[in-house]
Amino acid sequence: MGNILVLAEHRQGVLRDVSYEMMAVAPKLAEQMGTEVVALLIGSEMDELAKKMAAFGIKVLVVDDPLFKDFNADKYQKVLSVLIDDLKPAVVMTGHTSQGVDFMPALAVEKKLPLVADVISLEFAGGTLKATRQLYSGKANAVMAFKPADTYLLTFREGAVEAPDASASGSVEKLDSPLKEDLSYRKFVEYVEAEVGDVDITQSDILVAVGRGLKEDKNLPLIEELAKAIKADIAGSRAATDAGWIPHDRQVGTSGKSVKPKLYIAMGISGAFQHIAGMKGAKTVVAINKDPEAPIFSVADYAIVDDMFKVVPKLTEKLKELKG
Amino acid sequence: MKMFVCIKYVPDTSEAEVKVNPDGVSVDSSRFSFDINDADNYAVEESVLIKEASEGDVTVLSIGPKQSDVMIRMAMAKGCDRAVRIEDERIAVYDPLMVAKVLAGAIKGQEFDLVLTGCMANDDWHMSTGVALAEELGVNHASMVKKVEVLDGKKVKAYRELEGGLMEVVEVELPAVLTIQTGINEPRYAPIRGIREAQKKELKLASLDDLGLDAATVNADASMVVLEQLYIPEVISSAEFIEGEPDEKAAKLASILVKGGLV
Repeated sequence: MGNILVLAEHRQGVLRDVSYEMMAVAPKLAEQMGTEVVALLIGSEMDELAKKMAAFGIKVLVVDDPLFKDFNADKYQKVLSVLIDDLKPAVVMTGHTSQGVDFMPALAVEKKLPLVADVISLEFAGGTLKATRQLYSGKANAVMAFKPADTYLLTFREGAVEAPDASASGSVEKLDSPLKEDLSYRKFVEYVEAEVGDVDITQSDILVAVGRGLKEDKNLPLIEELAKAIKADIAGSRAATDAGWIPHDRQVGTSGKSVKPKLYIAMGISGAFQHIAGMKGAKTVVAINKDPEAPIFSVADYAIVDDMFKVVPKLTEKLKELKG
Repeated sequence: MKMFVCIKYVPDTSEAEVKVNPDGVSVDSSRFSFDINDADNYAVEESVLIKEASEGDVTVLSIGPKQSDVMIRMAMAKGCDRAVRIEDERIAVYDPLMVAKVLAGAIKGQEFDLVLTGCMANDDWHMSTGVALAEELGVNHASMVKKVEVLDGKKVKAYRELEGGLMEVVEVELPAVLTIQTGINEPRYAPIRGIREAQKKELKLASLDDLGLDAATVNADASMVVLEQLYIPEVISSAEFIEGEPDEKAAKLASILVKGGLV
């Protein structure tokens, strides 16, 4: 059986968390499948990063060429397409990230291989690889079984598992780049940093955050009153920033900021995993949501199942009273 | 600029209870409210914005039931020119690779500059259909796009939203597929006149046979994955649930926060 090939993702010289996290999942799967984990790095000047991945006690293959200085979906697809033919891996695993989702579906179509995206757990039993993923706002799990194939493709969700320690020694092997010249039809231009706002919510002690449940921006004063009463900064979920209620630089979540306040009060936020990934570093979490099934309650310390519009005004009043 | 925009009719489950049917592979959707997928709504708006700036033309594509005609008419009321709704129960809709093949079948043979899709469907979260569609069509793509600039009609500059709010700017030669991220624009409300005009626009219904597609290439047998089981995961919460009337809950919470020195 072929190896489990894990694409170690990196950006601007730094390995992404998901690269480490997959090292918690891939070795277990390798054991079930009776094979080994091999990491793959595609980039330029990869020596340091290769050492870090090898510390998981695995072989690291490196395609190191200035052509790969910046991520390019088409180039990654080309490299993996060639490596699938050459190495015949049993599994190719990448992060379910802005990189993984940008080329894995195209690779699956090109190579006529099965793909399961956004996987949160994996199991190989009785000769079948099964991948679990979430549906319907995270309220249902789906078990997807792969039909037998030469190579299984999957993208693994960032933040789904904890990264293990890396203290073993592995090996690094450089591969010839399968790509000899640059591609002209898709070009990397530049990175544009996120806009900086008036408040840096990553430094806030107390955050009150609102989501889709706010319904419209004329309800904002309710939240501003509460924030003022407890000297909190205001943040929002993706729904709240997309709607324009909250400035984009105050978005909490995967595509926004990761925050770690002492107190995080989430109101009208259902708690999609992308949001939870951005606020699980909070010390104490209060969640107010009218849906008892809302995933936000899984990370809450104090929970109120109710309509935020009925609870928040009284909460503000009481807090003002108690704090004098 | 000749465009296609692919949209999906999805249930809003953000505040709904989700129950698995006895068959174990579908959910009871009888009480869900359905509408256009979030990201697709932004894709429709972006297609109309590009059309208005370049005298373009937009065809809506959707795979879905008769009820979704309302959503499709709304996209046409906002400015899309015509639509094709594909309905065929043989399509393995749980596999985005099969969905992409069907959409490609509906586009192939026609000229286009851009295909826009939402970058993710709210119901199944794959984020795979648009990128797979690009490969089926043999054209370029960029995913998770939060800003588009059309350059000279031959290229677009696409701003991809990465983790942490960083943007990756790429230039992509046309024709191309762009998967659109929410927040890229402010989707308009359909004007009354548009709603009237949309009734007169063409909405064609197509089966796989109409598209010249062999069902055996996009059905459950063709799919290389099987949806084996759906189940409701246990929400493990160690939270202290505060009970009572809304006022009581608020008072109790205030007291906990103050006494605990949290505020």
